[in-house]
Amino acid sequence: MTANLTLVVVASVLVGTGAYLFLSRSLIRALMGFLLMGNGVNLLFVIGSGPAGSPPIVGAGDGGPMADPVPQALVLTAIVITLAMTAFVLALAHRSWQLARDDLVTDDTESARIHARAEIEDGGDVAEGEESP
Amino acid sequence: MSPDYAPLVPLMVVLPLIGAGLTLAAAGRTVVQRAVSLTVLVGMTGLAAVLLWAADTQGPQVVFVGGWTATEGIVLVVDRLAALMIIVSSVVMLAVLSYSVGQGASSFDEESDGHSPLPVFHPALLVLAAGVTTTFISGDLFHLYVGFEMLLSASFVLLTLGGTVERVRAGTTYVLVSLLSSVIFLAAIGLVYAATGTINLALLSERLGEIPLGTVALLNLMLLIGFAVKAAVFPMSGWLPESYPTAPAPVTAVFAGLLTKVGVYAMIRTQTLLFPQARFDDLLLVAALLTMIVGILGAIAQDDIKRMLSFTLVSHIGFLIFGIAVGSTHGLASAIFYVIHHITVQTTLFLVLGLVERVGGSSDTTKLGDLARISPVVGVLFFVPAMNLAGIPPFSGFLGKVGLVQAGVAEGSWLALLLVAGSVLTSLLTLYAVAKVWGRAFWSENVAGITGGGPLRGGHHQALEAGVLVPTAALVVVGLALTVLAGPLFDVATRAAVDLTLREPYLLAVLGSGGAP
Repeated sequence: MTANLTLVVVASVLVGTGAYLFLSRSLIRALMGFLLMGNGVNLLFVIGSGPAGSPPIVGAGDGGPMADPVPQALVLTAIVITLAMTAFVLALAHRSWQLARDDLVTDDTESARIHARAEIEDGGDVAEGEESP
Repeated sequence: MSPDYAPLVPLMVVLPLIGAGLTLAAAGRTVVQRAVSLTVLVGMTGLAAVLLWAADTQGPQVVFVGGWTATEGIVLVVDRLAALMIIVSSVVMLAVLSYSVGQGASSFDEESDGHSPLPVFHPALLVLAAGVTTTFISGDLFHLYVGFEMLLSASFVLLTLGGTVERVRAGTTYVLVSLLSSVIFLAAIGLVYAATGTINLALLSERLGEIPLGTVALLNLMLLIGFAVKAAVFPMSGWLPESYPTAPAPVTAVFAGLLTKVGVYAMIRTQTLLFPQARFDDLLLVAALLTMIVGILGAIAQDDIKRMLSFTLVSHIGFLIFGIAVGSTHGLASAIFYVIHHITVQTTLFLVLGLVERVGGSSDTTKLGDLARISPVVGVLFFVPAMNLAGIPPFSGFLGKVGLVQAGVAEGSWLALLLVAGSVLTSLLTLYAVAKVWGRAFWSENVAGITGGGPLRGGHHQALEAGVLVPTAALVVVGLALTVLAGPLFDVATRAAVDLTLREPYLLAVLGSGGAP
């Protein structure tokens, strides 16, 4: 199978920029990152489905090779799911804004407290780093 | 000729979805919601029992959705493993729902007015049930993904119920991590399709044998990473203790029991069915060891019982991964038995913790004391599953661990023996963590001045009522029943593991019958 290089590059750029945005503490930026990554992955399905062809409907094509319909169905499903998830994250960001006038993801206070206690008790040697500060 | 039980399979998903619709329509009427939810979950438990019996005696139950064959359509398969998983999850869901019904109107929220029954709880829980069963019965990789998304979206709603500051913070972490793992999983599916041209599990298990081993290994690794995030395997486990403890008791109980196990189930399924030739057993063994040790050390450091239990949850996922990675039939059977034990016990403990919060007003051991005298019932209900979790003989936790240790010793490699040592150490440390909580919350002096009458919330005393005690006690009894019935249960688990190792029964059931029934 030969893959379309342009699409591969576009998918990589989408996933790469998405991963960068996803690392942000701002919920909206992370959401944008998720959307970019999601679209990059959707493009991956399209690349995987092989070259474009005539519509995969019996009798509708011009007799040439048909496009593979399965990845398109999968991508469609993935897009719908992404839409639902986006709606929820937006609601979450809005709630976060209502509560704190901010959409930054804050640290867990209880983790931070136990971390600080470990530092005091062990003289700065924080063992078993199950959670970073 | 015996009757055909396969048509019952889709009902396991359709029933809770219909229930979700009905409960959503009846949003204001709590009584209707409760009646519908309880009926649905009782029905699901009954169906699951029938399916387990059918899968055990007559082989895998297969449904070709819409009459399409495996090459075109989605296939639903209930083999012994899937049947065991759906019956345990149905029982646990039923207990949790009864508990939340028993809580009465003043449910869930210390920060609300105490009167809001949160109408979205029942629909969300039923969608969660549908999502969990979908992943268990799915015979198609993408359908598995859809099941994951169903249960994730429902879990998002449940985790952020009420939208308080703490829950929004916890929810954000949880949502972002879950979304990331979904993207990884989806990318893996895209690559699997590009490499093989199918996403049906049975077809994949044939076609993956025909493509280069390096490609197969890459696909397996991507799927494993996606599932490992969901199952909270170290080093992808940090999100779990951050997010679970803030949710209301019944929600945490369901999450702790089921959500991570869905990831474990997906791992068992893909490792045995799809990738027997390109397994990452050594990598998984190392991950299992680190998960056990790091998780349990985290648990010891906690003051809050909810957080302590969340860390033990992470830790004991290590045992399950150990069982998968050992690769022998006995290891797999022990892992399956341990999954069943762990779902039950972990859910029970979080429900009991809800009772502790009712009696003591907190789950923080620094604010609790003398609970064993104030409320002996809660003491017993906590003690039994806690000892079960730690793996004290003769409880089922002990039996599952013995099975895993036997499998590890039989494997004989130094890494497996290291894991055996690690699992024994983890068991002892679990006992220590649980005993520490017991000593502080149940035996220490009552410095906090707990009366046992329950704290005032929204003008209501949240005392112990039969409505919350009975479901919790019932689940404790289920946990004990696992010990009593360990023989037959282990036999079923062994047969399930043999099926998984052979692969033939599954493949024959899906591909052999060659089309629509």
